[in-house]
Amino acid sequence: MRKFTDEHEWLDCAGDVATVGITTHAAEQLGDLVFIELPKVGAKLTKGAAAAVVESVKAASDVYAPVSGEVTEVNAAAVADPSSVGADPQGAGWLYRIRLDDPASLDGLMDEAAYAAFAK
Amino acid sequence: MSQDAARTPLYALHQRHGARMVPFAGYAMPVQYSAGLLKEHLHTREAAGLFDVSHMGQIRLTPRSGDVADAARALETLLPIDVLGLKPGRQRYGLLLDETGGIRDDLMVAHCGDGFLLVVNAANKAADADILRAYLSDICAVTVLARALVALQGPGAEAVLARLAPEVAGMRFMDVRTLDLAGASAIVTRSGYTGEDGFEISVPEDRAETLAEALLADPAVLPIGLGARDSLRLEAGLCLHGNDIDPGTDPVEAGLSWAIPSVRRRGGARAGGFPGAARILDALEAGPSRKRVGLRPEGPAPVRAGAPLFADASGEAVGRVTSGGFGPSLQAPVAMGYLPAALAAPGTRVFAEVRGQRLPVAVSALPFVPAVFKRA
Repeated sequence: MRKFTDEHEWLDCAGDVATVGITTHAAEQLGDLVFIELPKVGAKLTKGAAAAVVESVKAASDVYAPVSGEVTEVNAAAVADPSSVGADPQGAGWLYRIRLDDPASLDGLMDEAAYAAFAK
Repeated sequence: MSQDAARTPLYALHQRHGARMVPFAGYAMPVQYSAGLLKEHLHTREAAGLFDVSHMGQIRLTPRSGDVADAARALETLLPIDVLGLKPGRQRYGLLLDETGGIRDDLMVAHCGDGFLLVVNAANKAADADILRAYLSDICAVTVLARALVALQGPGAEAVLARLAPEVAGMRFMDVRTLDLAGASAIVTRSGYTGEDGFEISVPEDRAETLAEALLADPAVLPIGLGARDSLRLEAGLCLHGNDIDPGTDPVEAGLSWAIPSVRRRGGARAGGFPGAARILDALEAGPSRKRVGLRPEGPAPVRAGAPLFADASGEAVGRVTSGGFGPSLQAPVAMGYLPAALAAPGTRVFAEVRGQRLPVAVSALPFVPAVFKRA
């Protein structure tokens, strides 16, 4: 089931691995993306710390780790073509996959309906 | 958006065209429209873009004697440029310096026949008007005009504007004309801040929306926000006051010596006589110890304003980035900053610190994108 954070990220969880990306709302706010920096595979992320950077023409924005865990995979296609994240942020524009330190850490996150109300 | 942000006469138009508004210099201004910054930037270089720059200051100087030469002489006590040599119907770039030669503001000076029109930066307009009054009130009436200002920029600008006023096709770069445009008495200059051919158009506030909609009705024209205005001027190597130039920089190190003609330099007929003259005239002869330079990051990561610059992968900072981002026309990151003169030659490799890493950047000639002006 897809979960959402108040930092405008989404997570899809399969077993103890979650795919992480930015929401459509976040992508619209950021505008055309021109550069993306992702964590390295194997990096240990701490919830709330800067995990990735997405940059528009105008500004650089940190993407914070929504949970703690270890990065298992990154979306090289998104780095090669940052515009692909803006084109499909909640699909082909995913950013990285992370093995959760604690699967229960997803429990407090929003479902789609709650996020839609939050992002209004 | 803060509630006390001022609105330009085109506020309602911005909303109708899907603008995202941001606070800038005390005004609510469009940072981008529905097309988005990248498309707006590229469209301006390929066709034509319309910018609301009504937040900028328009200051009229009218000589009390009726003799414009009196106003020109007075203005030369403040600006290190040749105002007396400026002909009616022509405009020139100028610098307002402080007593140490630092740059209080940069501005345009247009000779309107019976006086001068100065266009100054939004954030400085109140301070500029105070200085102008303090120095010039005996000689000139100094009036901050309540007029709108729009810029029409790009290779399609002439054809678009000529549909409303065919005579604009006869204007050259930096010409000034008073014209009837869509029922408004407009002061039109052939100039801009994008590196493209184009016009800046001053009209009474109550005529601005009609004129802007008439220009936007042309399929060649898109509305362009401040975001693309900034990326366009950066690619064109143009300074943004408050970033690339400020009271802590002087015209010589900023690479703006070209704006100070020989008549105002040592040995010239009207040498000196402006604030900071002793220091600036020395600096013109000695050369600068640091220089404003173009910077091209070697990798894909943008390097932004405030990033420290280093001569090598270790050691202390030797300079600083003053503007930086992504250049949509170059499809690559671009920046400007200051470096010691010894490191300022194009091709020199230096390093910019981004998120704790020192990234290689190459000093590059400015502008990044060649200017396309109608000079003949």
